[in-house]
Amino acid sequence: MSTALEHPTYNYKVVRQFAIMTVVWGIVGMLLGVILASQLVWPQLNLDLPWTSFGRLRPLHTNAVIFAFGGSALMATSYYVVQRTCQTRLFSDRLAAFTFWGWQAVIVSAVVTLPLGYTTTKEYAELEWPINILIAVVWVSYAIVFLMTIKQRKTSHIYVANWFFAAFILTVAVLHIVNNAAIPVTMMYSTSIYAGAIDAMVQWWYGHNAVGFFLTAGFLGMMYYFVPKQAERPVYSYRLSIVHFWALIMVYMWAGPHHLHYTALPNWAQSLGMVMSIILLAPSWGGMINGMMTLSGAWHKLRTDPTLRFLVVALSFYGMSTFEGPMMAVKTVNALSHYTDWTIGHVHAGALGWVAMITIGSMYHLIPRLFGRTEMYSVGMIAVHFWLATIGTVLYIAAMWVNGILQGLMWRAINPDGTLMYTFVEAVEASGPGYIVRLIGGLFWVIGMLIMAYNVFMTVKRSQALSQQPLPQTA
Amino acid sequence: MDTGTFRGIITGLLIIAFLGITWWAYSRRRKPDFDEAAQLPFADDDEQPNRDSSASQQRSPREQESEADSRKDRGDENA
Repeated sequence: MSTALEHPTYNYKVVRQFAIMTVVWGIVGMLLGVILASQLVWPQLNLDLPWTSFGRLRPLHTNAVIFAFGGSALMATSYYVVQRTCQTRLFSDRLAAFTFWGWQAVIVSAVVTLPLGYTTTKEYAELEWPINILIAVVWVSYAIVFLMTIKQRKTSHIYVANWFFAAFILTVAVLHIVNNAAIPVTMMYSTSIYAGAIDAMVQWWYGHNAVGFFLTAGFLGMMYYFVPKQAERPVYSYRLSIVHFWALIMVYMWAGPHHLHYTALPNWAQSLGMVMSIILLAPSWGGMINGMMTLSGAWHKLRTDPTLRFLVVALSFYGMSTFEGPMMAVKTVNALSHYTDWTIGHVHAGALGWVAMITIGSMYHLIPRLFGRTEMYSVGMIAVHFWLATIGTVLYIAAMWVNGILQGLMWRAINPDGTLMYTFVEAVEASGPGYIVRLIGGLFWVIGMLIMAYNVFMTVKRSQALSQQPLPQTA
Repeated sequence: MDTGTFRGIITGLLIIAFLGITWWAYSRRRKPDFDEAAQLPFADDDEQPNRDSSASQQRSPREQESEADSRKDRGDENA
């Protein structure tokens, strides 16, 4: 990379590295998703090999999209936003570089160990203990770089985006360390220090807060910088951002039990999780409304700016999935939806519609600026990507809604004598068409990401060609 | 104190904390501070240093050729 691109004050190198890897891991993670979707349509695609079986590739897909794609995006944007809104350079270039290489090492170890079958079996925390220790070290370094940069700020205020990023970083550190507390048995095998229902509760306290802090608070931080920036107007209500920040932080912690409805978890804990999940609608929509209203008076920009379109549609999907979530946490709804494809649809409404869309919008704002330009190589390609991503998401979640409700109804249908009306495999068979539609939705997404990769490549290439021109002599 | 009372007290404290934060955030005294904070993403307008010096000085002739860069209204030039 040309040194001519170096910013006089800020450390853009680490941001650039994370931004590029966001695109790379996005393609890898989503391609894995497409492979898994194909396996559900054509099971023989697991190639009859243990390493490529659904059970081993599925955690690789979730880890790749959440921690590799989402994690790289969060680190890129948090490092960029904290520097620009605190008007100071990152606390330590070396420690920042360590977080980049350390995080990539974590991802590569996941790519190696998960297909080999090493797993703790905890969802979204499958990686074994040596890798968990590396994650903890990298994450604490990340926290130090981020928080010390805030401490050194040249501005009097800490901008709201940094509050969200800081909450995400601190909470994920606590969640990761507590949930992965384990007794190592061999080099690649450990057992959780928690037992039975407590282990399940700790796991879903972690699991839901991974959603709440990694996939929500972190990306809200992204939203609070890039939406105002791209819309060229300040956030609608700074007061609302403070109130919904603290409300979100206080309430999210308690929602985990809704993952364990009708299990061995005590009934009062399930009810508490349900009530807290319903309350969560308010702070979630606080963020959505704040982001949307920032656009008021600037809606016409959506016609010409596909980057802004990504950001706004992301907010719409955020509003939609944070309504769907509390609804699915109601026990009676959950009795129908749990263990069905509806859950998968809900996750992807959030993951594709909110997380990936807000990331992609932010990247289209960020990447040209990191490489000394004002715009991406092709705005037309951003528009194409936008439609592929939107249609892909709609196909995906609609297919999973249909499948989920179908499965839920078939599983609970009973004959007058109390026996089950359908065998399990009949519900699987009925899900076939939905799986094909989901696969098409996923393909739309991967094609969109490949277009993005080309667009990013050309943006970087032209920026390098530009910086290699000889310096003109100033008189 | 039994568990029920303890939970009740915690709930009460959280409500007071929430109302306190809301009152604080919406008090008129905070308004100028928040308006200032809301401008932070735009305070640091470094579009020029963001470009390397050779590129920024050469921009004008090249810019006319480049279709994408001519849409200046979408950069972050606002102060």
